[in-house]
Amino acid sequence: MLLLGLLMTGGLYTAFSPAQADSTSDEELVAQGRELFLVGCSFCHGQNGEGISTAREGKQIGPSLVGVGAAAVDFQVGTGRMPLANPGQQAPRKKPVYSEEETAALAAYVASLAPGPAIPSSEDYSIDGLSEQEREEAITRGGQIFLTNCTACHNFNGAGGAMPRGGYAPTLHGVEPRYIYEALLTGPQSMPTFSNGNLSPDEKRDVIAYLGSLEETPEYGGFGLGGLGPVSEGLFAWIAGIGGLVGFCVWIAAHSTRSSKTKEGAKA
Amino acid sequence: MSLDTSKVASSNGSSAATPSKPSKIGGVATWADDRLGLAGAMRKNLRKVFPDHWSFMLGEIALWSFVVLLLSGVFLTLWFNPSMGEVHYEGSYDQLRGIEMSEAMASTLNISFDVRGGLLMRQMHHWAAMLFVASMMVHLLRVAFTGAFRKPRELNWVIGCLLLLLGTLEGFTGYSLPDDLLSGTGVRAADGFLKATPVLGSWMSFLLFGGEFPGDSIIPRLYIIHVLLIPGLLLGLIAAHMLLLVYHKHTQWPGPGRTEQNVVGFPMLPVYAAKAGGFFFIVFGVTALMGGLLSINPVWKFGPYDPTKVTAGSQPDWYMGWPDGLLRIMPGWESVIFGYTISWNVMIPILIVPPLMLVILMLLPFIEAWITGDKREHHLLQRPRNAPTRTAVMVSLMTFYGLAWAAGGNDLIAIKFDLSINQITYFMRVMIFLGPAIAFFVTRRWCISLQRHDNEKLLHGYETGIIMRSPDGGYSERHLPISETAAYTLTARDRDEIYTVEGDTDANGVTAPGSRVQALRAKLSEKMYGYNVQKPTAAEIEEAHHHAAHEHELEAGLDHPADGHQFDGHSDHTVEEAPLRSGH
Repeated sequence: MLLLGLLMTGGLYTAFSPAQADSTSDEELVAQGRELFLVGCSFCHGQNGEGISTAREGKQIGPSLVGVGAAAVDFQVGTGRMPLANPGQQAPRKKPVYSEEETAALAAYVASLAPGPAIPSSEDYSIDGLSEQEREEAITRGGQIFLTNCTACHNFNGAGGAMPRGGYAPTLHGVEPRYIYEALLTGPQSMPTFSNGNLSPDEKRDVIAYLGSLEETPEYGGFGLGGLGPVSEGLFAWIAGIGGLVGFCVWIAAHSTRSSKTKEGAKA
Repeated sequence: MSLDTSKVASSNGSSAATPSKPSKIGGVATWADDRLGLAGAMRKNLRKVFPDHWSFMLGEIALWSFVVLLLSGVFLTLWFNPSMGEVHYEGSYDQLRGIEMSEAMASTLNISFDVRGGLLMRQMHHWAAMLFVASMMVHLLRVAFTGAFRKPRELNWVIGCLLLLLGTLEGFTGYSLPDDLLSGTGVRAADGFLKATPVLGSWMSFLLFGGEFPGDSIIPRLYIIHVLLIPGLLLGLIAAHMLLLVYHKHTQWPGPGRTEQNVVGFPMLPVYAAKAGGFFFIVFGVTALMGGLLSINPVWKFGPYDPTKVTAGSQPDWYMGWPDGLLRIMPGWESVIFGYTISWNVMIPILIVPPLMLVILMLLPFIEAWITGDKREHHLLQRPRNAPTRTAVMVSLMTFYGLAWAAGGNDLIAIKFDLSINQITYFMRVMIFLGPAIAFFVTRRWCISLQRHDNEKLLHGYETGIIMRSPDGGYSERHLPISETAAYTLTARDRDEIYTVEGDTDANGVTAPGSRVQALRAKLSEKMYGYNVQKPTAAEIEEAHHHAAHEHELEAGLDHPADGHQFDGHSDHTVEEAPLRSGH
């Protein structure tokens, strides 16, 4: 009985403690995030995340982070885009500098500045809870949304594309669903924001499901040539096709007929 | 297979061979010949001689890929449904199931996923189309660079240019048929090009589309153009192209025994029948490998065409890439004249420059013939270096094409090489003019240097790599004469004659009619040939050889076998055996 009591107490404690810990350590997390922010981010974004303007009108060293929400921080820091290694046209994706806990602390701090989009939970972008039929419908619907809203920059295959003045829409291959969802919510860099009024949470989920299905289905036609469209196809036609066939031309022409017939040749 | 040789004369002795009983096959052949009269034609043509060189087989790639196109194309027509009627797709490809699309698109997906071997055939057809146009261009370059378009082959050159144009149009109509997002974007662009025609544009567009874009008749119309009209024209022109080839006989490279009057090579049967037949299988094999292994035009990822959608990387197939590139770098110029908008931004890169380039291409042999005034027949080819201006003009045109082509892929260049698409555009706007000019001068000087090098080989021999040290300490490289064959081949070319006007005014000072044109012609001829290096005269070669022999005599004492010369040919021969001596 004592044992049972202990087990139950322990079990209940473990069951409830994370929630409790969350609520109690929120302040702590924000404080920890502020510490990190002052060291790593404030140089460009200001000591209170208010952004720093340059002498030139309308130009900023770093934009204000008031109201960008935890989702923006999780996306930018989680994909390694922030902190920026060097100024450029666009922050490239790289190895994250902060650990997951530190990212969470930074996100909590920035979220505490003003209300903004929160980090989505896995239920938001997962279709695991749906039936087989619903899943298929979600993927088909997501494909149409993707082709309407996303391919103009990210290409039909999610392989990415060019933007003006050295900017680019990055590839969507191998990007975690959470980050796609956050990018849609917060519109990083050149990307427009797809708010929930614009693309409902379900529609965002469907787009992510479609992208996942593209990665899961095999390349039916063979090697995909980078999924970049006719330019890479033309490159292969010339290099592999014409290059190879001209090679065969040289080979055939180099193998001429015998100049003298051997006896066996004469008999045959 | 062994033949019964007992009845065949085994020697050239006096007793005649006993005729064997005619075989059944012979009987059938006689039967056919009595009715068709093929033997006479066959006897001549089966023994027709073709010269052997790898570059003479480039056009063959085009021919064989056309055969692959016909074969795979027939397969595709059995399932393709060229209709713009709307259906809900219910086939095997999950991601599009239930989506509304045209029957053309649905049947393309059906061929790709539900017809056995359908995707392979689709991809082979598409790869063969890419290779068809590409091999025509490579063939064109070979013909141009070797001067094979000179008299009597000018008209065949024009036919070839028309084949290139038709091949391009055939390709465009073909990749527009599936009615997917990418091809629909291409058709939309074509609609825009038509509409950019001043005054007539909208009418032409309405005529082609049967009303407002996209309408529901463009796919059936493109289909009949693609499977009947253009293939018919292509077949006819290919036949004419090859008949003229047989009639003119093939050109050959100069060399001992090869003249303007003969063709040195191997007969059609058995040599070229085997080589060409084998080459067909190679082209088929390469196409099949590419179709089987490399994905091309994955329409299922594009989805059906919808004018509200577009994708990054919307490029045409490669052969339409250069007008697309011109379009991409063209500034957005427009003007309004009498209430009509003139879209220079579309007209210049699409409606003016490409047709102009085609006309220039077709006129090349005629322009050259007019400037040179050369009325002779040419069956011996020229090395590109021996026609520096022509080679430079071709490289200049290639540079223009290449830059425009690269501009067509500006977005991919930007993302793959971390560049700014704007900067690429500015660069191309300048280089499209500057590049061809630089290419022209560099190529021409390069050719002339190579001509000088040829003359040096003729006069002073080739560089042996043997360094001689003279008694007073000077170093020089030993040259040895080239072989007779090589010398013959190098000198088997005509001297260029600059056209000059013989007095454009008569005794009374009256200008002769047309003399201005003649003056222009003389000027162009001067520009074309003025810097060329001519082959040395016989006297010059003779003198050079005497000079070399004399020098050799002076060096004779040095030419003794000596230690340390085991590998340069100086240790094992005497002065009398030296190649220079034996030549005289």
